[in-house]
Amino acid sequence: MAETLVQDVEKKGTFEFGKKERKLLTDPLNENNPITVQVLGICSALAVTTLVFPSVVMAIAVVFVCAFANLFTSLLRNAIPKQVRMIVQLVIIASLVTIVELVLKAFNYEVYKQLSVFIGLIITNCIVMGRLEAFAMANKPWQSFLDGVGNGLGYGAILIGVALIREIFGKGTLFAGSPIQMNLIGANNVSTQYWINTAAESGIGTFFSWYSNNNLMVLPAAAMFIIGIMIWWQRSKYPQLVDVS
Amino acid sequence: MELFNIFIKSAFIDNMVLAYFLGMCSYLAVSKTVNTAFGLGLAVIFVLGITMPINWVINEYLLGENGLFQTDLTFLRFILFIAVIASMVQLVEMIIEKVSPALYNSLGIFLPLITVNCAILGGSLFMVSREYNFGESVAFGLGGGFGWFLAIIAIAAIREKIKYSNVPPALRGLGMAFILTGLMGIAFMALMGIDPAVYTGTK
Repeated sequence: MAETLVQDVEKKGTFEFGKKERKLLTDPLNENNPITVQVLGICSALAVTTLVFPSVVMAIAVVFVCAFANLFTSLLRNAIPKQVRMIVQLVIIASLVTIVELVLKAFNYEVYKQLSVFIGLIITNCIVMGRLEAFAMANKPWQSFLDGVGNGLGYGAILIGVALIREIFGKGTLFAGSPIQMNLIGANNVSTQYWINTAAESGIGTFFSWYSNNNLMVLPAAAMFIIGIMIWWQRSKYPQLVDVS
Repeated sequence: MELFNIFIKSAFIDNMVLAYFLGMCSYLAVSKTVNTAFGLGLAVIFVLGITMPINWVINEYLLGENGLFQTDLTFLRFILFIAVIASMVQLVEMIIEKVSPALYNSLGIFLPLITVNCAILGGSLFMVSREYNFGESVAFGLGGGFGWFLAIIAIAAIREKIKYSNVPPALRGLGMAFILTGLMGIAFMALMGIDPAVYTGTK
């Protein structure tokens, strides 16, 4: 077992980055997107997208877990018996997620509170599991690592896209909770009111003072609509993705 | 009565799928026909009802500070919970195969899928964060499973009918399923804020 491991590492050679490797990274961003095309990992994603900042944290966590779970599974792929591979994969994923949880708890407790159980749910995020099954069990470590990063980024792109729409229209803010918090539109919350008043005094005008926050966007259902429309848009642009069934 | 309230609340008001988006992957993948959706729904009720009390015992008597080791081992929670779920699913699979091969054949592929159903692990994690006791965790498990079952039956029935409608080609299948789920979520929102305890007189 150990010998095959060493051989793998030797065979891998240099970390080449050719056309094939670039494809591994960019494919999941669009034509093979984990959420809109593979339908993986919707579970833990949608509930965190009311604000952009937690979504960014979530996306980083998934990129990390996906990449390293792919790497470790690929390194061990010849040593894992077929019958217990699910449990081995789950243990690898669960350990990585525990690392993420502890780091987040130590460095940003606020966001940790906000994400609550959803960090733990990365374990059952179908992207990680799905990529391990579909890619890492049959490919070399370096390629698997890139595939993990690519899929994590594809997932993150959708997540942040949805969060941008939901936060701007639902709360009128951007990056709320982070150091670069901005209040964009809406007359409902006090700080925005202050911003609008000062803007009016300084002559910038009150373009958006009529806007009151759209509460639909805060509801979880809005995320479903936004992703549904994203899928609609993507499939009308790339008709080969339409499923016939 | 307290337990009944939790059952109703977790099945209808805090529905796993329509309020928390848990178990979405298998919900979207297996909801093409009502028959398969029915089988998967039953399996989820069963697994959720079993794993929830087991995980409660583990969390309380193995990982807690007053548990077996007298130390705070909660950082092992994820690994132990997922191990319990994986082994329970395996066990359920074996039992069903022995007792009723017919049911096993109709469920076959969907049983292992339950391991990575977020609703199961999510249920256990919610149980921890809401600090339920043993009886409440059983009620929460069964109620959550029942809510999931209702949701997947509903979407499967709608998807069977909508096949005959004139949906734009790019929206057929997945896109439509997303939008339908969103609409169902809004419909379920009508139940939000109802407190069963008020009606059963325990409050």
